[in-house]
Amino acid sequence: MSGWGRKVVGYLGAVAAILVFWQLGALALDSRALPGPVPALAAFFSAFGSELAPHLAVSTWRVVAATALGTVLAVPLGLVLGRSPRADAVAAPLIFLTYPIPKVVFLPVLLVILGLGDASKIVLITLIVFFQLLVTARDAARAIPAGSVLSVRSLGAGRLDVFRHVVVPASLPDIFTALRIGTGTAVAVLFLAESIGGTTGLGYYIVDAWGRLAYDAMFAGILGMALLGVVIYELLEIAEARLCRWTRVER
Amino acid sequence: MAGLVAEAVSLTYTGVGRDTVALDRLDLNVADGEPVAVIGPSGCGKSTLLLLASGLLQPDSGTLRVGGARVAGPRLATALILQDFGLLPWKTVLHNAALGLEVRRVPRAERRERVMTSLARVGLAEFVDSYPGELSGGMRQRLAVARALALDADLLLMDEPLSALDALTREDLQDLLLELWRQRRHTCVLVTHSIEEAVFLGRRVIVLSPRPGRVASVVDNPRMGEPGYRSTPEFYERCAELRTLLAEEGAVGGLVDRETGLVEAGEHR
Repeated sequence: MSGWGRKVVGYLGAVAAILVFWQLGALALDSRALPGPVPALAAFFSAFGSELAPHLAVSTWRVVAATALGTVLAVPLGLVLGRSPRADAVAAPLIFLTYPIPKVVFLPVLLVILGLGDASKIVLITLIVFFQLLVTARDAARAIPAGSVLSVRSLGAGRLDVFRHVVVPASLPDIFTALRIGTGTAVAVLFLAESIGGTTGLGYYIVDAWGRLAYDAMFAGILGMALLGVVIYELLEIAEARLCRWTRVER
Repeated sequence: MAGLVAEAVSLTYTGVGRDTVALDRLDLNVADGEPVAVIGPSGCGKSTLLLLASGLLQPDSGTLRVGGARVAGPRLATALILQDFGLLPWKTVLHNAALGLEVRRVPRAERRERVMTSLARVGLAEFVDSYPGELSGGMRQRLAVARALALDADLLLMDEPLSALDALTREDLQDLLLELWRQRRHTCVLVTHSIEEAVFLGRRVIVLSPRPGRVASVVDNPRMGEPGYRSTPEFYERCAELRTLLAEEGAVGGLVDRETGLVEAGEHR
């Protein structure tokens, strides 16, 4: 069987297992709050055509924009800090003091300042992704073996060549790991932010349905959120497989 | 012209708590096209010497010249092969071999042609799309050599390039290095821990003293490069002579057999 075939079979098996456990759980609890997979999926598909899709689109835009923004800001900065002891000496205390602060506590502040729309959510998630990627990129760049840099410099490489040929590719696998973890956190925080402020996004949709005791609609929203998380994760997986092919050939 | 001349070269590494004098007024003269091996006890500054010659480090005092010109930074026709091969695991064989040319902004078409030629010379032409992680130790070393060849280097600096290889692969690559030198007649400075390797690949073998490094003695080895040299009595005599010299430098600790002088040079991994 080809690698792709095996992958598809594996995924189908996993989906089947999840559906079985879900059904068993629904039967065991016998609660309106946990419908079985059949009514929930039916609700998902019927809601998707009407009110669910726009909320999903808004949530997707927020996560993707914030992740992209956080990555673009954090990765170059982290790599430079990791390679430049002088810049690091200035920035490291600042990072060490601000990184451990849970950014999500600033949600009320952001809601007041930036309003209930996209901006407050995007800024909050950008902050979270930014710090996770900054710390990872910095550590990855610091851990690059001196031999790799020396050998490229001996070929006549300048600072930019070293970044292009050594620092960036060497740090990419760690950056992808941080992105996968970071986007997981991002979707979770998105739910919280949308459920607290505003009238758009899956978080709002879920909490609104919950308030109306519309459990099938609530589950349709939950499935939408799950779908968002899974798709982002898989896209990162595909991007990593393409950009870091070398990590999969090690023997 | 790529003769290497070091005059009274000193370098001290500034460390936490104490400084380490790596080289102390070292003099060295390698003629254009001459293959020289450098051997000495652990920490005698052998690697430092190569980093200085490649222009990656600058001496505290003294001067280094290659082809008459002071070494102020990495030189275009100098190739450095490091202990761990210095290959980049994220680049394919082709791109690793082409790296030097890419950094030097050689046009893509010419780059590919030169790289394919040098990969063919070391027997890696079929592996252009592999990654270093897929190659054996010997093949990785061939790749490092191919990268140096693609640069068309006239000065080849090697820092224990074969130390991680098993004995058979090692002899195989020693043969390759010798063959390439015979064809190209580049200046060659090989830092090694292996007495046999030094005698096989160095027309002169330079013995450095323990830290701080200075030239302790020089062994002439005029028959280096002759066919079948490895199995001649003279080869063994040179090796025995080197062992004795190294023992005098304390390179081999208490392991020396006083009768035969049979020991290995230190720092074997």
